[in-house]
Amino acid sequence: MIRLTTPITEDQIRTLKVGDEVLLNGRVVLSRDIGHKFMKEQKPEWLKPILENMVIYHCGPVVRKNADGTWTFIAAGPTTSIREEPYQADVIETYKVRGVIGKGGMGKKTSEGLQKTGAVYLHATGGAGSLLAERVKRVVDVKMLEEFGSPEAFWIIEVEDFPLVVTMDSHGGSLHEIVLQQSQERAKALMG
Amino acid sequence: MSECVIPTLTSNEVVASKSVLPGDWQADFANLKALDLTLPVLELLRRTTSRLPQDVIDAIVKGRDAEEEGSRAFNTLNDMVRNINLADGQVTPLCQDTGSVIFWVRHPYGLSQRAARKQIREAVVQATKKVWLRPNCVESLSGKNSGTNMDPFHEHHPAIHFEEWDKPGLEIAVMLKGGGCENVGAQYRLPDAALGAGRDIKGVRKCIIDAVVKAQGQGCSPGILGVAIGGDRVTGYEKSKELILRKLGTANADPKMDAFEKDVTNDLNTLGIGPMGYGGNTTALGIHIEEMYRHPASFYVSISYMCWSSRRLALSIGSNGSVSFD
Repeated sequence: MIRLTTPITEDQIRTLKVGDEVLLNGRVVLSRDIGHKFMKEQKPEWLKPILENMVIYHCGPVVRKNADGTWTFIAAGPTTSIREEPYQADVIETYKVRGVIGKGGMGKKTSEGLQKTGAVYLHATGGAGSLLAERVKRVVDVKMLEEFGSPEAFWIIEVEDFPLVVTMDSHGGSLHEIVLQQSQERAKALMG
Repeated sequence: MSECVIPTLTSNEVVASKSVLPGDWQADFANLKALDLTLPVLELLRRTTSRLPQDVIDAIVKGRDAEEEGSRAFNTLNDMVRNINLADGQVTPLCQDTGSVIFWVRHPYGLSQRAARKQIREAVVQATKKVWLRPNCVESLSGKNSGTNMDPFHEHHPAIHFEEWDKPGLEIAVMLKGGGCENVGAQYRLPDAALGAGRDIKGVRKCIIDAVVKAQGQGCSPGILGVAIGGDRVTGYEKSKELILRKLGTANADPKMDAFEKDVTNDLNTLGIGPMGYGGNTTALGIHIEEMYRHPASFYVSISYMCWSSRRLALSIGSNGSVSFD
């Protein structure tokens, strides 16, 4: 088990390999569909210091607003990452992002982005909303809440021992590619 | 992290003690006009979002126990059991994607569907305020979230299917279907030359295998599949979704189809996709297949994929007015 704390350096990221189990600590920034389109098309400057050497989490949380104005994450598992495939590599490069958390894996373009910039794809267990919300220690801030709505806003959170597996590394390795190829071969055999 | 987590759902008494429905709540079928379903449906949503059906939990545990202890597949299924325990104990959503909310209402003669629709919609709004549901209803082009889970103009969300039946009582089933698994559903038109799938049961089998391979872990495997053979583009998909309501482990009424379901499930579990697509032996928890009539020119195979967090529950109101959940 590898403990990582954000911000993460490129050197740290380059040591990670597919299959490594990671416990992530520190700040993480949530973004998904509208957010990725926005980051690629508008490239807002104000996001740069927030994202540099940080980790993006594909997640649309269930959030409760407390009486004192603070927020609490109630359920916060990953959403399917492949929808961000057209945007992810650009986002990683533009903002020098070091990691992307999601589920289901991503494609070739993202893999190339991970290799070029020095970043990894970290897989969280989909559907484990309560379990993962427990590891969210604090909601630091939220951006674009009004514009994007709560499932799609840029939530900035602090996590503690957030359990992840490296399934795409910065050297071109991808567990998703291996499982896909093996299952396609098996399917061919099954279909005769 | 590799010890076997035991499912520890709270007792029915504890669940009842947290109910938003007063213990003495009763429906009066003699006065259907006065019937207000808002609270029973709110309670239905509370239970559905936080507590998985026992048959689904049993299937997950069975899958976990068939994986090699300490493997990624084993650990992932173990985490799913952990999550099930946590959500139930805290009464919090099992998954942050509380899904599209889909109802099937079966009711006796005399119930006003317009009134029931209004009450069910109100229950969904209240459940969203209580953070049991995430606001999951956005305008398609602008992406603007209505914030309430309501489609304010067309009433397409939540989806409510009404059917009048002969029985004196009322039943409301609900499914919370996440977007990730909805996205990996598929509809095939046979014959399919690329798949080499003809208009027969072998062709259907190829479609199912193809859909599951394409889905990989993206629908949050291990999945539960509903498959409709025939129908049209709408009725086929509609049926395939409804088939997910069937309890896992219950037999298909058609013995031949039952054998086919078991056979295909075994095949899918040799694909090596595994929980969340990490690899492993647990790719599908079950498949429910039904045949429909079709137009002579059309042969559709419609496949709905449900994630492992198969949140479904039915509320029954007996002719004596008492409420039960199953």
